Amino acid sequence: MTEIEPLKAGHAARREADAPHSLVLRLPADKPLMMDAGIALAPLTIAYQTYGTLNADKTNAILVCHALTGDQHVANTHPLTGKPGWWEIMVGPGKPIDTDRYFIICSNVLGGCLGTTGPASTNPATGQLFGLGMPMVTIRDMVRAQALLVDHLGIDKLFCVIGGSMGGMQVLQWVASYPDRVFCAIPIATAPRHSSQNIAFNEVGRQAVMADPDWANGRYFELGQNPTKGLAVARMAAHITYLSDEALHRKFGRKLQNKTAPTFSFDADFQIESYLRHQGSTFVERFDANSYLYLTRAMDYFDLAEDYEGSLARAFKGTKTRFCLVSFTSDWLFPTSASRAIVHALNANSASVSFVEIDTDKGHDAFLLDVPEMFATTSGFIESSARAFGLKEAKSA
Amino acid sequence: MTQVTQLFSPDTARVDLLLIKDMVAPNTRVLDVGCGDGTLLRMLTEERGVDARGMELSQRGVNDCVAKGLSVIQGDADFDLADYPDDSFDYVILSQTLQATRNPRRVLEQMLRIGKRAIVSFPNFGYWRIRLQIMFAGRMPITENLPLAWYETPNIHFCTIRDFVALVDEVDAQIDRAVALNSSGAPLRVSAPWWVWNLFGEQAVFVLERRA
Repeated sequence: MTEIEPLKAGHAARREADAPHSLVLRLPADKPLMMDAGIALAPLTIAYQTYGTLNADKTNAILVCHALTGDQHVANTHPLTGKPGWWEIMVGPGKPIDTDRYFIICSNVLGGCLGTTGPASTNPATGQLFGLGMPMVTIRDMVRAQALLVDHLGIDKLFCVIGGSMGGMQVLQWVASYPDRVFCAIPIATAPRHSSQNIAFNEVGRQAVMADPDWANGRYFELGQNPTKGLAVARMAAHITYLSDEALHRKFGRKLQNKTAPTFSFDADFQIESYLRHQGSTFVERFDANSYLYLTRAMDYFDLAEDYEGSLARAFKGTKTRFCLVSFTSDWLFPTSASRAIVHALNANSASVSFVEIDTDKGHDAFLLDVPEMFATTSGFIESSARAFGLKEAKSA
Repeated sequence: MTQVTQLFSPDTARVDLLLIKDMVAPNTRVLDVGCGDGTLLRMLTEERGVDARGMELSQRGVNDCVAKGLSVIQGDADFDLADYPDDSFDYVILSQTLQATRNPRRVLEQMLRIGKRAIVSFPNFGYWRIRLQIMFAGRMPITENLPLAWYETPNIHFCTIRDFVALVDEVDAQIDRAVALNSSGAPLRVSAPWWVWNLFGEQAVFVLERRA
C-alpha cells in the first residue's frame, strides 16, 4: 500500500539487535539460561566485544559490566552513532584498564538491544520478535548470561569485574553468585538495591514510553512505528538524574539558546532545554523502547540482601574477593551512603575492601567522565591486585 | 581527624609509629584509624605479617594507600567506626589523631568495641614546655610539634597523660602497656611516676584493653 519509508529512528537499532556489529556467541537450544522468572531461555545469543590478548593461563581477563544505556562497545567506535566507545577514558593502551596487559570482555546485557537476546531480538523459536513476550530479566539473569560467555571463553576465574551504576550491580551480583570466580571487584557509583526514589524515576520513564501511542503495547516494530517521543522524554527525565544541580548550573545556568531574549513561547529558549531535547532525540536512534522498559525494571527488582534473608553481609559470606568501591560526592542517584552500606557488609565479613568517595560536582555521570582521582584509585588498585594475583608486569608476547 | 603529617613533624611521628609497630604481635588483624599514606600499615604488613586495614579521611591518603595495595576505606573516626562489628580486629590503632576527633571518648569506646586491644598515641598537653608557654606567655602554646595557632589547628581536644589515664578508667578499660617519649623521641623510664611522665613526656603511647 504505502511506499516503504526511510527507516524511522530506532529501526537501525532494530537491525543491530539481530545482526550486531560485534562478536556473537550463539548458544545451542539445549543450553538454556535458567531465568529468575522461571523460564528456560533458549537459544540464547550474547553479543560481546573483547580487547587485548588472553594470556596462556587465561588469568588476565577483566569483565566490564555496562550501565543501563551502555553496550558492549566499550572502546571502539559505536556502530550506530559513530562516536567513540563509552569508556575509552578508562579502557585502552596505558589506561587504568590496560588493553596492553589485560584481556577485556564486555557483553551486551540480557534484555539489551545491541545483539544479546532482548525484546528487540527475533525469537529463533518462532521467527517473531520477542517484544513483550520476552520474560522479565533480572540483574542475576544478566550475570548468568555473562558467566556462560566466560565459560565459553574458557576462563575459570576472572581477574577483575568492574562496572558503574547498573554495571556495579552486576559486579556485586557476580561476587555473590560466583564467589570463587572473581579475584577483585570494582563496583563504582552503585548500590546494593534500587531505592524508592530510583524506582520512582524509572517508573516516570516507563510511563512516558507507554503513554506514546506509537508504543502500541510494545508491538511498534510490527506496525512499522517507534515510540520515539515517549522514549526521548524518558531519556530527558533520566538524564537530569545523572547530573548534579551544580554541574547543570555551571554548564548551562539560565543561558538562552541562540537568542538574546525569551521568545515567550514553548520553544527551547533555555540552553538546558535544547540540551535535553538533543539528548532525547539522539538516544532514540540507538536504543529500543521495550529494552528500556526491561532494563529499568531489572534495576528496580535488584535488592541483593533480599536474596540472602535480608542480610547484605550474608551475600558476601566468606568472600575472598578484594574490593575497591568508588562513589562521588554529588551523585544523588547512587549516593555515597549506598556504597557505604556495601562497605559495611563487607567489613562484617572481614573482607579486603578499599573505598573512596571522590569530590566532584559531575553527579552520577562522573564514572563516565574525566575524573583523575577515579583513574588514580582504580589503576592503583588494579596494579596492586595484579601483583597479588601473580600476574606478570610485562605484556606477554 | 587529619593526616599525621599535618599534626606532627614527620621525624617524631616516625618514632611513635616504630614503637607502635613493635607493640603489635605478628600475624594479627589490625585496623589503623587515620592511616595517612599507609606508612604504618605497610610496615605492619611487610615486617609483622599483619592482616592490615586502614581508615583515612583524606582522598589523597586513601589513593596513596590503595596504590600500595593496602585495603583502606575513606572514613571519619568520629562517624564510621560504628560500621565495624564487635571484636573484628586484634588491634585498633589511632596515632596522633585522638585530639583531633570531635568526641574522643566515643572514639575510644568504639576502638575498644571493635578491637581486642586499642593502641593510642597522642601529644601530651602536660609537657613542661607547653605548661611554661601558658604560664609565662599566657598564650596558647605553639611548639615545633604543634606548630599551628589555636584558631587553625585541627587539634580541638588536647589532653594530658593524666587526663587520658582518667578517661581510660571512665570507659572501663585498663592499661596493658604505656610509654612516654621525651622531646628526642626516647622512652622515659618505666618506673617513673605518672607526674614525671606527665611533665617530661612530649607524647605518649598506650595499649588498652577492656577491663576483665
